[in-house]
Amino acid sequence: MPDPRTHLVGPAAEAEIRRLTRRSLLVGGVATAVGAGALAALRYGPDEAGIPWFLRRVLEGNERLARATFSNRLAPEFPRARAAIPRVNGRYGMAETTDSASWTITLVRPDRHDAVLTLPALYGLPRSEMITELKCVEGWSEVVAWGGVRFSDFAAKFGPAPGQFDYVALATPDGGYYVGLDAASALHPQTLLCDTLNGEPLPAEHGGPLRLVIPVKYGVKNIKQIGRIEFTRKRPADYWAERGYDWYLGL
Amino acid sequence: MRLEAKHPRWVRYSHWLNVPVLFVMIWSGLMIYWAHDAHEIRIAGRVLFHFFPPGFYDALGLGFQLAQGMAWHFAFMWLFVLNGLFYVSYTFWSGEWRHLVPNRHTPYEALQVVLHDLKIRKAPLPPGKFNGAQRVAYTGVVLMGAGSVVTGLAIYKPTQLAWLTALCGGYQCARTIHFALTIGYVAFFVIHIAQVIRAGWNNARAMLTGYELAVETPETTHA
Repeated sequence: MPDPRTHLVGPAAEAEIRRLTRRSLLVGGVATAVGAGALAALRYGPDEAGIPWFLRRVLEGNERLARATFSNRLAPEFPRARAAIPRVNGRYGMAETTDSASWTITLVRPDRHDAVLTLPALYGLPRSEMITELKCVEGWSEVVAWGGVRFSDFAAKFGPAPGQFDYVALATPDGGYYVGLDAASALHPQTLLCDTLNGEPLPAEHGGPLRLVIPVKYGVKNIKQIGRIEFTRKRPADYWAERGYDWYLGL
Repeated sequence: MRLEAKHPRWVRYSHWLNVPVLFVMIWSGLMIYWAHDAHEIRIAGRVLFHFFPPGFYDALGLGFQLAQGMAWHFAFMWLFVLNGLFYVSYTFWSGEWRHLVPNRHTPYEALQVVLHDLKIRKAPLPPGKFNGAQRVAYTGVVLMGAGSVVTGLAIYKPTQLAWLTALCGGYQCARTIHFALTIGYVAFFVIHIAQVIRAGWNNARAMLTGYELAVETPETTHA
């Protein structure tokens, strides 16, 4: 389709480009004002758990997409020579020292009374070792050799029947730190209830006597010093999700 | 004088939408980078420049906002990807890509443009919608965008997309490339703005209106 404007010459062409420029600047100005106004309204408008509410909606949308496409494919493993000790990056809910002999875990299930487990309860489960990269939400990462039992084996033995729970909530004994997990991530074959670090008993500062290791999530979901495990239908509260972070944090 | 159609409407819209979107991506990206600002330029073990010097985050108000940064980044990534896909599809569908993608004359022409801009070459540049240097720059920046999306996905889902993370050289390597590309956008922006100012209002106005005022050639005078 030939453009009639390109037939304009001389003063007619100059008048037309002046008109087009005015129009473009007007349209661009209005679009900029509307866009900037909308962004400012969203940015300085009401927050929901630490971030603007519309960002919460987008993160929830991202989560739906991630959960719909989630697969049990494995996080890469690394040679033992690369395994190191991760940095200790937060002590919320943690005790300075812990005693594995007297350690108890409160188990909460929708279909039964609460139970209290001691660590020997896990000894019957098959052990698993893996050397995976722990990824902090801050951006650093560290290859670590973890050992323990699969959470899926634990759930099969102590949890409700499959399909009876959608989420798992874990907390430190004092409830000072708590995380929520979707069932699919919790049951991923590399999600461990971990009690060794690089072949040694897990030190208290790294979450001993028992922590979670979950390579399909950022480090903040890898809760240390587990004192409570709940299988639930309700989406659990999550310490960092209440402070502006995505609830799902899936990798 | 006559009017000459230059930039199609959808190219202009996509170009201008990219301005705020890329701004939010870089801004929120810096909020994320602050939490682990590990990159520096080293030569023979000596640190030449650390990204970023003390005071940088404070001056821009970027510190202590990791959660905020992640939320904006993972929202506006959709606009960045959709706008990029739209732009590339449109340039192919419209045939506009023929003016943008480098061809066999481009390397020589790009060199001539650089010599011209450094005032070493005195003769005027060959005519054409985009010169060789522009073809390299505008195609390059689209490829950089694709690189940001690929390395971004490798960082975003390093377990679900472990093959992609491996392809990027691992998790930390993907982060380094992702960061380097961002520095590349800033460099592109600085040169782009400088060149637009040098080229003058008639050229810049074409990205607003779509039209450029061209000096009449003898054929059109007698047309």
